[in-house]
Amino acid sequence: MSTQLKFYQVGSFAVGNRLIDEADLPEQSRSSRANSLTSGHRACQGCGEALGARYAIDAAMAATNGKLVAVNATGCLEVFSTPYPETSWRLPWLHSLFGNAAAVATGVAAALRAQGKSDIRVVAQGGDGGTVDIGFGPLSGMFERNDDVLYICYDNEAYMNTGVQRSGATPPAARTNTTHAIGPNPGASFTQGKNLPLIAMAHGIPYVATATVADLHDLEAKVKKAMTIRGARYLHVLVPCPLGWGSRSEETIKLARLATESGLFPVFEAEDGEVTATKKIRRLVQVEEYLKPQKRFAHLFGAHGHPDLLNAIQAIADRNIAKYKLCDPIEAEADHE
Amino acid sequence: MSKPFAITLDVGSSLANHTGSWRTERPVYVHRLPPCNDACPAGEDVQGWLYDGEAGNYESAWRHLTRDNPLPAIMGRICYHPCQTACNRDELDEAVGINSVERFLGDQAISQGWQFIKDAAPSGKKVLVVGSGPSGLSAAFHLALQGHEVTIRESAAESGGMMRYGIPAYRLPRDVLDAEISRITNLGVTIECNSKVESAESALEEGFNAVFLAIGAHIGKRAYIPAGDSAHVLDAVSMLHMTAEGDPPLLGRRVIVYGGGNTALDAARTARRLGANEAVVVYRRNREKMPAHDIEVNEAVDEGVIMRWLSTISWVDDGLVTVEKMELDEKGFPRPIGEFETLEADSVILALGQDVDLSLVDGAEGVAIDDGVIQVDNFLMTGRDGLFAGGDAVPGERTATNAIGHGKQAARAIDAWLRGEKFVHAPRPALATFDRLNTWYYSDAPKTVRAKLDSVRRATNFAEVVQGLDEETALFEARRCLSCGNCFSCDNCFGVCPDNAVVKIGEGNYEFNLDYCKGCGICAVECPSGAIDMEPERS
Amino acid sequence: MLRQIEGSRAVAETVAACRPAVICAYPISPQTHIVEALDEIVRLGEIKNCEFVNVESEFSAMSVAIGASATGARAYTATASQGLLFMVEPLYNASGLGLPIVMTVANRAIGAPINIWNDHSDAMSQRDSGWIQLYAQDNQSASDLHMLAFRIAEEVSLPVMVCMDGFVLTHAMERIDLPEQEAVDKFLPSYVPRQILDPNDPMSIGAMVGPEAFTEVRYLGHVKQLQALELIPGIANEFEEIFGRRAAGEHDADGLVTTYRIEGAQVVLVALGSVIGTMKVVIDEMREMGSKVGVLGITSFRPFPLDAVRNALGKVPKVVVVERAFAPGIGGIVSSNVRTALSNIPVSIATAVAGLGGRPITRDSIRGIIERAFDDTLPELTFVDLDVELINRELERHREQRRSGPMAENLLRDLGSR
Repeated sequence: MSTQLKFYQVGSFAVGNRLIDEADLPEQSRSSRANSLTSGHRACQGCGEALGARYAIDAAMAATNGKLVAVNATGCLEVFSTPYPETSWRLPWLHSLFGNAAAVATGVAAALRAQGKSDIRVVAQGGDGGTVDIGFGPLSGMFERNDDVLYICYDNEAYMNTGVQRSGATPPAARTNTTHAIGPNPGASFTQGKNLPLIAMAHGIPYVATATVADLHDLEAKVKKAMTIRGARYLHVLVPCPLGWGSRSEETIKLARLATESGLFPVFEAEDGEVTATKKIRRLVQVEEYLKPQKRFAHLFGAHGHPDLLNAIQAIADRNIAKYKLCDPIEAEADHE
Repeated sequence: MSKPFAITLDVGSSLANHTGSWRTERPVYVHRLPPCNDACPAGEDVQGWLYDGEAGNYESAWRHLTRDNPLPAIMGRICYHPCQTACNRDELDEAVGINSVERFLGDQAISQGWQFIKDAAPSGKKVLVVGSGPSGLSAAFHLALQGHEVTIRESAAESGGMMRYGIPAYRLPRDVLDAEISRITNLGVTIECNSKVESAESALEEGFNAVFLAIGAHIGKRAYIPAGDSAHVLDAVSMLHMTAEGDPPLLGRRVIVYGGGNTALDAARTARRLGANEAVVVYRRNREKMPAHDIEVNEAVDEGVIMRWLSTISWVDDGLVTVEKMELDEKGFPRPIGEFETLEADSVILALGQDVDLSLVDGAEGVAIDDGVIQVDNFLMTGRDGLFAGGDAVPGERTATNAIGHGKQAARAIDAWLRGEKFVHAPRPALATFDRLNTWYYSDAPKTVRAKLDSVRRATNFAEVVQGLDEETALFEARRCLSCGNCFSCDNCFGVCPDNAVVKIGEGNYEFNLDYCKGCGICAVECPSGAIDMEPERS
Repeated sequence: MLRQIEGSRAVAETVAACRPAVICAYPISPQTHIVEALDEIVRLGEIKNCEFVNVESEFSAMSVAIGASATGARAYTATASQGLLFMVEPLYNASGLGLPIVMTVANRAIGAPINIWNDHSDAMSQRDSGWIQLYAQDNQSASDLHMLAFRIAEEVSLPVMVCMDGFVLTHAMERIDLPEQEAVDKFLPSYVPRQILDPNDPMSIGAMVGPEAFTEVRYLGHVKQLQALELIPGIANEFEEIFGRRAAGEHDADGLVTTYRIEGAQVVLVALGSVIGTMKVVIDEMREMGSKVGVLGITSFRPFPLDAVRNALGKVPKVVVVERAFAPGIGGIVSSNVRTALSNIPVSIATAVAGLGGRPITRDSIRGIIERAFDDTLPELTFVDLDVELINRELERHREQRRSGPMAENLLRDLGSR
């Protein structure tokens, strides 16, 4: 019975809850939250990255008692937050280049160590382009050295700042301006992909996790956990982009949720290279439900659609479900009958 | 330290950039009518009092509830809870057990001794309420709170009407009934028992400024049934009334109840408790067509009551009843098919509905009677100025809850009328429909099932069948409420805004900062309870 | 403290005495001995509170330095050649952000063809990066210039690269007067940054700046260079007061230029780096023979000391700029800067490109240049000791055959067949 007392109508999923202890409230439900990325930024309506960044950095600020420095890769997040003469950041923040955020953060961490200020922690952040592509070398170096940096990738699955071009994180069949939805195999090709969380794990760093803007509790818990650990940590956050995905601005969180619930974006955490926790799918959906509201996948549907590609994407989701054990076995079978 | 020009900026300076100018739609907080509230005949703000209850503020929840209904401990037992039928949560897993929480709050109030608080100054007006059933008590309660001097005249020996004389004690223990009635008399309401009002007319002349007829429908309908001289036939209303008075009729070991309403089942279950080995309910139509509520049928069957569908009684004689089988035509009407069967029965109880005793309005000026009930306008006033009527005596569904609703409506109408005004209903907000909810955010949690007494034990005595919730389960149940169409302080809007354009100004109170809101609409889509609308921005 | 010591080691020990807080290292010849030595020094605990970071590329080396410097740490790294090119993007970023990083460039040629030997192509390619560039003539000045570099960098908040000829200096054993820690501490106060990543005083560094202010930001970078030009001679004087010697060359060296026997000279050579040493020997010999010849060494190539060059060369009839790099398609790089300094002055200026990819600039070569200058037979642009026969053969191959094969390999084959 005592466990039932813990039940709240929205306890596990909504941002806040008037009924739970103050101490258990997520950062984002507090008026006192850091608002590290404050109002007046120039992100598009419904920007998932703006949301993800505030979620993550506010949580890190809370975990470090405000002793935090952020390093930012070039990209949407940097451009929309700091166009002269205004910045939306409220913590010490440095932007250097597109591809060097991890290395700059290493420098910051090294300086703090040299100065005996190891209580001040360092976060590096960037988009998927800055992380899986151009910034990959420095990131891998930072991992390998196990520098005391939490690197957060806000993955919106393409180069959005430059006008929606394919990145190493662009999913198969997605239309971008360098993978047009033309020809027999429209959109991005079905490549091997570049699964950075797995690559990060292969470095054996102490903490790797994935998250989305659809599950704030999970995201905050992971950031806070990451901040309890010293060494290189990697957090990969899925942040839908209404502009690049061709989705409605109000559906940003919904799409992130469907990405998880379809199995296309597994949410898990790993310590020292081993997966230690996986977020189970709560309401399994077919990939179609996730893909359909996105214009970047519009060519898969309709009279001239590509059911073969759709099936191939479903197969990816099914593989994820099996690999990460995203569903309890019975449920998974039932849904695939 | 002078910072380098342009490349280094002061923190938070983007507040100067008012991105609200991008907006084409703006979010607005709305209050929609939750389906439970919409369905409640007593007009309870169910979602509202559950909100208080969720926080463990039982007294404020009870006070919130009793704004509309002064009898929660009673209604928590006998209401057929249309609120739960309407509950949106049913589409998610199972309806919220509103009724059981109501009962919990009512029981808390009794055990804690909570009393109503009367604020209004005395109006100097006197109102007579005829009948102390649910509509009479409800009207008296509201009128008393409005400052009027209320007298209830009750023809029976004790107050409560059908709640005492119709509903068996295993469904409504008498101490609960007494407790809730005495809380109303504590407001200064006078109840005169054994005081039958013979004429509404004379009551008005007696000096009451208004009279509310809450006389109920206590006369059991007697259909013509061919019967032998020694047939033992009685009606359910009398049988239940006698039982309630502690003087139950002798029924024998085999009892047949004729009828398909809740009263038929009350009678059958009571018969079992009075010692009948066999209680058979004979009903002309099938289960789907039966007016009795499922929960009553289920409990009756659990207790060993036998249901005999599609049957009509054609002959009753000493110890034997002949029934004819029926079938339903295309329109669902039952018609006999000419097949007969004989059943053994020591007595036959007719539960074929009740009639209103209209003797007190016989020839009353302006009072119209139609189809055996008193005709009233939208304000429950008869054609006679100052003479109001409600409950089972007027057209409408005959349930205690409906009667309580009538009592409230009548009190408001009487109050307005006494001031020479007409009561004006507040506009009804649009319904909070299921499709407006974002159910993702609600935790999965099936309804707490009320513990039931072991049906075997229950069938042999009048102990209460359905047990209440304890505090933990009541809290759990209250927290299953989805708060349809109304903000319940979940902070989702506050959290999900990419532009920090939602400001918290106290619990359950948020504001949009339109200086920065870009109108993306995430808050509206992610609001669990559908309490945010997007409205087009005017130029 | 006088020691017989390798140039790289001398630089490393001097850098260590400057108390850097973060040193980042990526190996590339001929700079490697410096960071190897620094690793050892840091591990021995001879620098207090210093982090030595082995990075995975020069791009990251400069990036780590940027992060460290922005956090208020004195940051140092070293590179050369391809490495310098690989860090070009953060190089510009460091100067754009005004971060006083100090970096040694062990000058080396740029490929293709790949070549590990000395010339100035690497540093010259970054002359417009916004960094201050100081060129060392010998290992004493290489060592001393690093102290100067930290001081200047932090005074004006700009990064400084100290250029020293790869192998010629980095790997040469010389007697060097290494500074005492106490003296260094007196000369170089602790770093007080103009901007810092500090939770107690948060700010956003590295904003996007549009057309409305970009020109101003760039202009301010130029102003800082000009401020450095003003400050360097004073700092050089302070250096002499503390250390008892000029920081970069002869008695008149002011940190910007250094001259040798230019009084009444008819021909003055202009050069950067270690070749000046060879030139001095030749000049002494030729002065003995009565030829009026001298040399102007440029220590500060960025900012470029226009006035100092004009003052030194204003009355010289013939100037020959000897360069270890050039701009293909036009010619001299340093000489075009010298021409700017001497504009409106009737002087003949020639460019002699020499010593590319480690080719020795011999005394004979230098003498030849001077003699031809006296004879007026030196063309405006000449490539010293060019193997004309080899060139002609290759050009012929080009004419004959479209697929003439890789140039460098052809030339080597030709050399071998001689």
